[in-house]
Amino acid sequence: MATLTFKGGIHPYDGKDLSKNKPIAEAMPTDEMIFPMVQHIGAPAVPIVAVGERVLANQKIAEAGGFVSANIYSSVSGTVKAIEKRRVINGDMANCIVIANDNMFEYAPPIPVKPIAEMTKEEVIGVIKEAGIVGMGGAGFPTHVKLSPKDPDKINYVIANCAECEPYLTSDYRRMIEEPEKLVAGLKIILCLFDHAKGILAVEDNKPDAIKKLKDLTLDEPRIEVKALKTKYPQGSERQLIYATTRRAINSTMLPADAGCVVDNVDTIVAIYHAVIEGKPLTERIITVTGDAIRFPQNFKVKCGTLYSSLIEEAGGFRDAYPEKIISGGPMMGVSLFDTNVPTTKISSALLCMKKDDVKASKPTNCINCGMCVGVCPSRLIPSRLADFAENGDKGQYELYHGMECVECGSCSYICPAKRHLAQSIRTMRKQILADRRKK
Amino acid sequence: MNEMMSVSSSPHIRNKLNTSMIMFVVIIALLPATCFGIYNFGINAAILVAVCIATCVLSEFLYEKLLKLPVTISDLSAVVTGLLIALNLPSTLPWWIAVIGSVFAIVVVKMLFGGIGQNFMNPALGARCFLLICFTARMTTFTYDGVATATPLAVLKSGGEVNTWNMVMGFIPGTIGETSVIAIVAGAILLILVGVIDLKIPGTYIVTFVLFLVIFAENGRDPYYICAQLAGGGLMLGAFFMATDYATSPITDSGKIIFGILLGIMTGIFRVFSSSAEGVSYAIVFCNLLVPLIERATIPKPFGKGGEI
Repeated sequence: MATLTFKGGIHPYDGKDLSKNKPIAEAMPTDEMIFPMVQHIGAPAVPIVAVGERVLANQKIAEAGGFVSANIYSSVSGTVKAIEKRRVINGDMANCIVIANDNMFEYAPPIPVKPIAEMTKEEVIGVIKEAGIVGMGGAGFPTHVKLSPKDPDKINYVIANCAECEPYLTSDYRRMIEEPEKLVAGLKIILCLFDHAKGILAVEDNKPDAIKKLKDLTLDEPRIEVKALKTKYPQGSERQLIYATTRRAINSTMLPADAGCVVDNVDTIVAIYHAVIEGKPLTERIITVTGDAIRFPQNFKVKCGTLYSSLIEEAGGFRDAYPEKIISGGPMMGVSLFDTNVPTTKISSALLCMKKDDVKASKPTNCINCGMCVGVCPSRLIPSRLADFAENGDKGQYELYHGMECVECGSCSYICPAKRHLAQSIRTMRKQILADRRKK
Repeated sequence: MNEMMSVSSSPHIRNKLNTSMIMFVVIIALLPATCFGIYNFGINAAILVAVCIATCVLSEFLYEKLLKLPVTISDLSAVVTGLLIALNLPSTLPWWIAVIGSVFAIVVVKMLFGGIGQNFMNPALGARCFLLICFTARMTTFTYDGVATATPLAVLKSGGEVNTWNMVMGFIPGTIGETSVIAIVAGAILLILVGVIDLKIPGTYIVTFVLFLVIFAENGRDPYYICAQLAGGGLMLGAFFMATDYATSPITDSGKIIFGILLGIMTGIFRVFSSSAEGVSYAIVFCNLLVPLIERATIPKPFGKGGEI
């Protein structure tokens, strides 16, 4: 039993058995591919192609709209059909480049790269920036920004987030089983950027085979260590992961770099490997299509821009009945969809189709003050009080009770015996306060 | 896309445990004490248990019907309150007094303040204190084996000798559910194992109370006296089943410890310095009123700001 962990957290049904033994399969791209200009945190990307123009696969179609932003590449060859507002994952209509896929898969030349030993640190970061790599664990923070802290010499740890603590998700697990050498090579590239850093591969102990593979691969790597973490949600949350592996703690006002850490997700690190070694921009990722409503749950290598609806078809469609809920991402932090004709993006980790919706089935009742939410909160807050303040619009009390420290993991809503929508209320208030702060 | 899907904010999964399951576990945990009480005091105890539970459930139902509120009796909290009221009554009490107490607990203490989770004071203990004031003689007359007798605590108070073993087993006069330490602790162990309560409140309560006795009571260094004090009166029932009531105890960990310490001190003051032998009910009700202040003073430090340990 691994002992590295944090205080709090929950143990939901993990559902990983549905898809963990299914090898990664290529998913066919759709005839119409949609590329939202926002697939990351920061400024939207700016289209650099015109309607009617022919584009190649791996051709840049939109340029970063600022330092905190990311380039976007086409994942197929074809013709630009439109640049217009289309429905995206969160339900909004957002600016997208629509490409009619010609199914020729003609590739543009790769990003020019030199052998890694001949590249300077700036050149490596430059390639990562050019390749449009963002944090693929879900947040979508541009990776080149993460890798450019104020003082690179003060970074002591580069942590590969291999926890995959979200239930049902097995995409990172499959990567670790099928391509562990790319993960290790990617981590070594990041370590080149930080002379004083050690690499940590942090894996939850429910993946012993992945831990063993990574340990075997890193036997002769003095700078890399594999650490087994206790299996618990949200072990892969950045703050909790840093604490579990290094005993350093950061709060909402700090960045991992303030604690001398850089954290990157498995898929991100593999994308870095592809970019720096092969000059390949980020156009595809692994997506787990799973849930009890899917006929053949499995893991797909998906070209970004493919519609979710086609992934459902490739997984054999629905089993028995139509699902009550379809979620992009995991069940704890994913976004529920009302339309499956939305495109996958760089940050789509899963498509989860569930026959029954727990949220619909449970009606919120009075808080009984049991304190279970306090017990599971990884940020050590009092979620039930924060939700009360949020529902009453009391911003002062909300901040006094440290509401801004919430990581929105949803553990409180999960555990609440009164079935209150704690995380939802807390998140809404947090967003309001953040918006207020931006106005000032 | 013809089908409608449900859309909501994350998380999309929920734990199975709900409020009525917690209340059900509490009821199960109270069964040993209830059964022992009925065995010890006879049929009248059983009648009081039934009357209190029925009155509590019915008052909540009628109150909600009358005010056109959603009916919440299925959460079983009224059953728990009724059972706890009965366990806090002498077995000789007329049934109509039990009815008055039950209505008071549900309507005045619980529903007027917003129902489950909103009450500021433990409803069962509120009712007990209310009845103690209104019907003092009847609430403090204890009959055992057909003879009116003083409770062991009252005997101790007047300097007499008590049989500590009988007190632990429960073969003593007292209220229906408070006499048997063994039965109460058996239920408490279940609650702790299932995770409904933890030892923070009962543990600090009992330890503080013992320390208080050692320091301030005349016989405080006599282990038999300490054991008799722990086994006598409502201390065990109060510590494990009443002080741990969710709605009326602090939600924070450090708050729970402060709450337990205050309970120990208050109970000690009442038992050692006041004219009455018992003091658990008043101590808990009094400390219930301090809970909002305790919570405000013990807002935990968040993770990353010193609260990670």
